[in-house]
Amino acid sequence: MQEQVIITEGLTKRFGDFTAVDKITFSVEKGEIFGFLGANGAGKTTAMRMLCGLSKPTSGKASVAGFDVYRQTEKIKENIGYMSQKFSLYDDLTVLENIKFFGGIYKLTDKQIKIKSEEMINRLGLKDQVNKLVRSLPLGWKQKLAFSVAILHEPQIVFLDEPTGGVDPVTRRQFWDLIYNAAANGITVFLTTHYMDEAEYCNRLSIMVDGRIDALGSPAVLKQQFKAADLDEVFYRLARGAKRNE
Amino acid sequence: MMEAIKIDGISKWYGKEKLMAVDHISLSVNRGEVFGIIGPDGAGKTSLFRMLTTLLLPDEGSASIDGMDVVKDYRKIRKSIGYMPGKFSLYQDLTVEENLTFFATVFNTTIQENYYLIKDIYIQLEPFKDRRAGKLSGGMKQKLALCCALIHKPSVLFLDEPTTGVDTVSRKEFWDMLKRLKAQGITILVSTPYMDEASLCDRIALIQHGKILAVDTPEAIRQAFPLALYKAKGASTPGLLNDLRGYSKDVYAYVFGEHVHVVFKEGDINVSDLRTYLGAKNNGDLILEPGNPTIEDCFIHLLRT
Repeated sequence: MQEQVIITEGLTKRFGDFTAVDKITFSVEKGEIFGFLGANGAGKTTAMRMLCGLSKPTSGKASVAGFDVYRQTEKIKENIGYMSQKFSLYDDLTVLENIKFFGGIYKLTDKQIKIKSEEMINRLGLKDQVNKLVRSLPLGWKQKLAFSVAILHEPQIVFLDEPTGGVDPVTRRQFWDLIYNAAANGITVFLTTHYMDEAEYCNRLSIMVDGRIDALGSPAVLKQQFKAADLDEVFYRLARGAKRNE
Repeated sequence: MMEAIKIDGISKWYGKEKLMAVDHISLSVNRGEVFGIIGPDGAGKTSLFRMLTTLLLPDEGSASIDGMDVVKDYRKIRKSIGYMPGKFSLYQDLTVEENLTFFATVFNTTIQENYYLIKDIYIQLEPFKDRRAGKLSGGMKQKLALCCALIHKPSVLFLDEPTTGVDTVSRKEFWDMLKRLKAQGITILVSTPYMDEASLCDRIALIQHGKILAVDTPEAIRQAFPLALYKAKGASTPGLLNDLRGYSKDVYAYVFGEHVHVVFKEGDINVSDLRTYLGAKNNGDLILEPGNPTIEDCFIHLLRT
């Protein structure tokens, strides 16, 4: 059997009498690209925060990269990468300073940082930009750099929260080349997106409705299960039934 | 007069380096049209909207709304347009009803006077009318902002990225609301980074780096796609992409939902030869069939040329 890097069982988070995440049970395999979908307010962010060790569950079990989400949150943070559209890099630092900063946070040695930053800069074609402030980079480049920085320490899992929002269609696809590459190298990719075509690029995906996972499977299986022409339709049918008004 | 919005060589640049946010854009929007400005973040959509809504002065060129100049007649324009900025800009500490009353009062009208215009939308907000705007969910904030932009019955409605970050269900609902507003005769200029929303507009402009790449009806833009397009599917998408990219420099291949799109100049590629090549490469039950370009394919093509 494939190694499972995320395992949850009945994972639940309540805020007062509001159940944000309601007994979700699923697992993600090593090297998988897993799409974590749901309407606004379905509970995705809360679930993701628990998996990243940032929020303590109310009940249920979960382990991420082999570590327990109640007791080993620091270990989890060392073994995952994270990027979102809102937070990725420091605008006021240069490209190189950002790489050095995040490398340091993840306890890489100076030598490792040097080797890795050279390799990354070559791969992304950023040679002429290394000493420029990140602020001055076009959004697409920023996002590609942010992703590369998020996997600098070769985490077991990288969490991507709407990584491609607002990015042009060509750059969006270059970004997906990076995702495929990371997955081929054994990094598990866990991501949220509002682009349904991107949901198709995932090996498997889950769709959350009102805090529950109401569908889980490969894109092909979900389309078959819901007798839908595309994932947009699957999503629409599930999310339309949501009781929560966000 | 047919034109609700007329833009003539308008430009906006920022900073010492004169970074061109909007680069000599000209276009006109007919009365009663739903016109989409489609492009990614940083394309210049918001700068363009802010100039048209008289909130930012153009550095060059001119524009008029209902025949009124955006620089000289800004006071008159502000009375007759509705504007929903991309960033939520209502008063977070006022309730839903207070916000709406406030905007109605500012425009010298009342909620009752134009209630028919917002009724469909406001009905969904009514259960929360005593809730502070800051405490609303994303979708509800968006609906309230639309109501506030409509309360004085504007002749032209400017919506800057109303659906960004919003899920499919709310996006569909939002476009349904726009359809009903169009039926009321309101001209709508709407921007979006989502290419699939293009088909919901009467006409669209595709923009990137402050410049217009194409303006026409969505259908005409699709018709003008100058290349052959095939849809392909194999055992593994990354594998298929690699194979396609290795086949010939004349082939451009990229993921597109469940398929890979393969584009090339008609005649440059022998399709049956390509099929044989891919078949020999462990691509499982290979599918390679002609497809129709979407607006996103057109955009990708225009970005590359």
